[in-house]
Amino acid sequence: MKVKLQHVAHTRSGDKGNTSNISVIAYDDAFYPHLVEQLTSERFHQHYAGTIHGPVTRFEVPGLAALNFVCQGALGGGVSRSLCLDNYGKSLSAAILGFELDIPDALGPRLRGPR
Amino acid sequence: MKKTVRIGAGSAWWGDRVEPAVLNAERGDLDYLCFETMAEATISAAQVRARRDPSFPGYDTYLDDRMRGVLPACLKRGTRIISNQGWINPDAAAERIVHWLRELGAKGVKVASVNGSLITDRVLELTDTILENGQPTSTLAPSLVSAEVYQGAEPIVEALKAGAQIVVTGRVADPSIFMAPMMYEFGWDALDHTHLGRGNGIGHLMECGAQVTGGYFSDPGFKDVPEPWNLAFPIAEVEADGSAVITKVAGSGGAITLQTVKEQLLYEVHDPANYITPDVVVDFTTAKLEQVGPDRVRVTNLSGKPRTPTLKVSIGCQEGFIGEDMFFYAGEGALRRAQLAKRILEERFRIVKLDAEEIRIDFLGINAIHGAMSPAPKAEPYEVAVRVAARCRTREEANKVGREVDGMAVSGVGHTGKRVPHQDRTREIIGVWSSLVPRDRIVPSIRYFES
Repeated sequence: MKVKLQHVAHTRSGDKGNTSNISVIAYDDAFYPHLVEQLTSERFHQHYAGTIHGPVTRFEVPGLAALNFVCQGALGGGVSRSLCLDNYGKSLSAAILGFELDIPDALGPRLRGPR
Repeated sequence: MKKTVRIGAGSAWWGDRVEPAVLNAERGDLDYLCFETMAEATISAAQVRARRDPSFPGYDTYLDDRMRGVLPACLKRGTRIISNQGWINPDAAAERIVHWLRELGAKGVKVASVNGSLITDRVLELTDTILENGQPTSTLAPSLVSAEVYQGAEPIVEALKAGAQIVVTGRVADPSIFMAPMMYEFGWDALDHTHLGRGNGIGHLMECGAQVTGGYFSDPGFKDVPEPWNLAFPIAEVEADGSAVITKVAGSGGAITLQTVKEQLLYEVHDPANYITPDVVVDFTTAKLEQVGPDRVRVTNLSGKPRTPTLKVSIGCQEGFIGEDMFFYAGEGALRRAQLAKRILEERFRIVKLDAEEIRIDFLGINAIHGAMSPAPKAEPYEVAVRVAARCRTREEANKVGREVDGMAVSGVGHTGKRVPHQDRTREIIGVWSSLVPRDRIVPSIRYFES
C-alpha cells in the first residue's frame, strides 16, 4: 500500500553552518529495509527541489533503524546569513513526512497515526 | 570510585528556561549540574556588544537568574556545577558567581574559570584554510570580529581535581561539558578513546536538554508526550564503564523513549560513525538503546576512536546587515492583495536602487518557510503575511527595507495590516566560518576564586 512517510518514520533536523542534517527514524524495525530501498538520497533531494541547493549524502544506521541525510546548501548560506524566517531550518524535517512510499500490506497494523 | 554518577542538564542554550534547571537542582539528587548556553555566533555577538556597551560584562546575560535559581539547592546537596556561561569573560562570570555565593552565606566555595579559548589576535597565524570554502583564512582579516577554539574536557577535569565546586568556561565543545565529570569521577584518561567515546556520546544526548525529554518532538496523533508544557531537563545516571540511563525527575512532563533518544542521538550529526569532538571521535552506529522503565532509556555500546590532532576554530566576521519586516492581509482576496504588494515592493526597491546581495519576498502561510519546494495552496488562504528581507553590505541599504514597508501603510494596497514601525528591523550579520588549529598550540589557563 502507498503511505506517507509520517506513518512509517519520525524525523528531526539539525543545523551546522549552511548544512542541515535530517534524520529519518523508522517507527518499527520492519519498516527500515523499505526506507533504505525507497528513500534514496536522489529521491530525498528531489523532494526538496529548489530548497536544498547542495549535494545530499545519506548515512545508514541499521542499529537504530535510521537514515541520516546530510544536506549541503540547505540553510540560505548559514544560520546568520539566511533570509529565511526559519533560519535554523528546524522545520525542514517536516517536509519529508509527506514523501510517499510503498509498504507491504502485512505491515499495515504497524503504521503510526491516524490515516 | 563511585558506582554511578548523576549528571543533570541545566540549559541547552542561552534562552532556555530556568525552571527545569531549578527542578533538577532541587529534586534530581545530582552530583553535577551542567549548563550549555552558547550558539555558533554567541561569542562574536558578545564581542560586538562589548565594543558598543562598556557595561556588558561579557558572560551569559541570564547568569544571575540561573545561578540564583540553582545555587541554594546545589550547595545543600553538594552538587557541583559546570557551565560555559563565561562566554568572552569567564573570570568575570566566576567573580559574579562568588558574589552570589557570598549573598547566600556560603564561605570557602572554590570557583574555577577556564580561559584560553579566545584566539582572535593570533587566529590568522594559527590557521590556514577556511573549511567551508577552501580559501585562506587571511581573506577574513578585514572583517574579523572574533575567533575561538572549541576546547575539550581536560581543563575542566583539571579544575575539578583542584577542588573546584563550580567551573565556568568560555567556549568548550558542548558534550565535553557533560563528559568532564565522568572523566574526573571514573579516572578516565584523556587518551582512553573507548571510554571517552561513550562519555561524549552521552554528553551529546544531554547537551540539548529537553530535546531528549520530549521537547522539539511532539506531533499530535503521531508522537504525543504527556504535559508538554511542563518538560524537565534530562539526567544521566552514568556508570564507570561509560554506559548510562537517561532519565528525568519523576512527576515532570515530557517523555524519554527510544524515539526521543534516537532523534537526539542523530541531532546535528553528519557521519554517525565519525562525530568529531575535541576529546574523541564518537561512533554512534554501534549504540544499543533499551527502554528499561518509564522515562528510562539505557544507552550502551557507544564507541570511540582516537581524537584528531587538531581543534576546531570558529571565526566570526562582520558580513553586512539584514533588513526585514512584515505586513498582513486577511479576508476575501487576501492572496491577490499580497501578490500586488509584492510587485509594488519589487518596483519600489528598483526605484530606490536597493543594493542587496539577496532579496526575499515571501507569503507567510504559503512559502515563507520551506521556500521553492512549497506546493501551491489547495484553497484560497484566509490570511497571508507578506514577509520581506534583504541582505546588504551597509546598514543604510538594509534600512531601505523597513522604510519601503513603512510606505505600504498609506501608499500601498487596500486592507493592508501593518505593525507599528519599530527599531529592530535591521540587524547586523555575523557570519561564522570554521578552520582547524594544531592541538598543541592551544594552552588553556585556569584561575581560581573563593567565596
